[in-house]
Amino acid sequence: MDKIVVEHLNLRYSDGTESLRDLNLVIPANAITALMGPAGGGKSTFLRALNRLNDLADVVAQSGRVLIDGKDILEPEMDVIALRRKVGMVFSRPLPLPLTIYQNVSYGLEVAGERNREVLDKAVKLALDQAELWDEVHDRLSDPAEALSGGQKQRLCLARALALKPEVILLDEPTSALDPVATAKIESSLSELKKNYTIVIAPHNTQQTARVADWVAFFLQGEMIEFGPSKDIFTRPKDKRTEEYILGRYG
Amino acid sequence: MKSDKLITPRSSAYLVERIGFSTLAILSFLLAVPIIGVILYIIIHGAPAISWEFLSRMPSDGMKAGGILPAIVGTFYLTLGTAIFSVPLGIAAAIYLSEYAPENRLTRIIRIAIINLAGIPSIVYGLFGLGLFVIFLKLGTSILAASLTLSIMTLPVIITTTEESLRAVPYAFRVVSTSLGTSRWQTIRRVVLPQAVPGILTGVILGLERAAGETAPILFTGATFFLPQLPNSPLDATMALPYHLFVISTQVPGMPIQIQYGTVLVLLVFVLGMNIVATVIRSRARARRQW
Ligand SMILES: Nc1ncnc2c1ncn2[C@@H]1O[C@H](COP(=O)(O)OP(=O)(O)O)[C@@H](O)[C@H]1O
Ligand SMILES: [Mg+2]
Repeated sequence: MDKIVVEHLNLRYSDGTESLRDLNLVIPANAITALMGPAGGGKSTFLRALNRLNDLADVVAQSGRVLIDGKDILEPEMDVIALRRKVGMVFSRPLPLPLTIYQNVSYGLEVAGERNREVLDKAVKLALDQAELWDEVHDRLSDPAEALSGGQKQRLCLARALALKPEVILLDEPTSALDPVATAKIESSLSELKKNYTIVIAPHNTQQTARVADWVAFFLQGEMIEFGPSKDIFTRPKDKRTEEYILGRYG
Repeated sequence: MKSDKLITPRSSAYLVERIGFSTLAILSFLLAVPIIGVILYIIIHGAPAISWEFLSRMPSDGMKAGGILPAIVGTFYLTLGTAIFSVPLGIAAAIYLSEYAPENRLTRIIRIAIINLAGIPSIVYGLFGLGLFVIFLKLGTSILAASLTLSIMTLPVIITTTEESLRAVPYAFRVVSTSLGTSRWQTIRRVVLPQAVPGILTGVILGLERAAGETAPILFTGATFFLPQLPNSPLDATMALPYHLFVISTQVPGMPIQIQYGTVLVLLVFVLGMNIVATVIRSRARARRQW
């Protein structure tokens, strides 16, 4: 099923950078779509377009359409708060809010007006379970989140996004600050989560792309050069630039 | 452990370093000496004057005897009044400037104006308060007019320190909170403000402390020479510690020196006490800070 349809998306920042140029792609549901490419290619910018987080950045021009479940989320009258609950995000820096472990996970729900303790407790447990963190923290939920290790923090960040019951999860180089063991845990959560979620990730290297992706989009300097099933991209890329990138010729 | 070849206790570099550090230490100590000296001097001379009577009685015998209760109460009222006006307004203005105001020329002008307000001599505030609150708004010489005048003087301090504390909260927290489906105000209230509270409190206390110790702004707007009873409405004039001190030191012949030192000591404890509270809050918050 096509969860996200991007049509002729263009985006320019106030410093004049043309960061996305005529982007067209279809992101399928229940799969991991990886955005691959050298730094500065527009992967983060594209991810932030999907939950309108670019509203916080200095964007001067944006055109085209981004349809999620058939609805254009770039429309000015779009309810961005509802959108961001539906499209969760994990950033490259594992940054818990300055709250307890529990409060980090319940934060989004509480702000949304959920007051019922039982509902919150359940949601927190479920989200921490999904992020494979529950077993490690269940007996110290009221400790400051700051006390967690880097890998645990990042799983907490995943959990706090999951607590909102999103349909889409965006991950921008989620393991770039983590060691291999912590990285493997995040990757294993993702492969479990993709059964029920649409996942879009900018992996922090090509190996990770190869490990996790079902679909791969190759981004180069604001353009999407190629899109296809991961197998095809890695075994017989259509574009020479994709091949060169995979072989490590640049970036 | 191997000894450091570059700086051994015998090398000349070591000697120079020792001399340098010692000089700096002595200089810093010399700086503290006059401050400690003044405080000690006031305590030694003022302490004998302090008694329950002194703190709880009205002045008598043309202020040459009795207590300073109305001045203490007056300074308390003025500080409270100043807090009521300047704290909410100052914090709101700082939140607007730091979180909402677009970075344009108008905002820059507002910021420059606030910074410059902080540099205006306090007597100018006094005259401004006289013109605006006492005469134009017909509040008369009153606690209300004096509090409003002190508020205007205090606002720049509160606004700048609050804005600084808000800006010190990492931007990434705002992005994270926004990504979890929260409005800008929800993000400010739940994430930014709690992190900024210690800094804001420090600024508020330092601002109010200055207000409590000022004479010039209340000179024409609310302070009075002598009152036979305590003020019982915000529209009454009031006695106040700094002004009382000015009066008994310069305007009353034959004033017992003890009463003057006693008054100074009370004012000092009031202001220094606020300062210590601010310092404690700040250092506690530093220790707890997570970023
Ligand atoms: N907030 C921003 N303001 C201005 N320019 C930006 C901003 N974010 C990214 N850019 C620019 O957009 C281009 C794409 O960046 P980005 O989306 O971060 O790429 P990637 O994630 O693939 O490294 C770069 O040239 C970058 O300098
Ligand atoms: Mg990036």
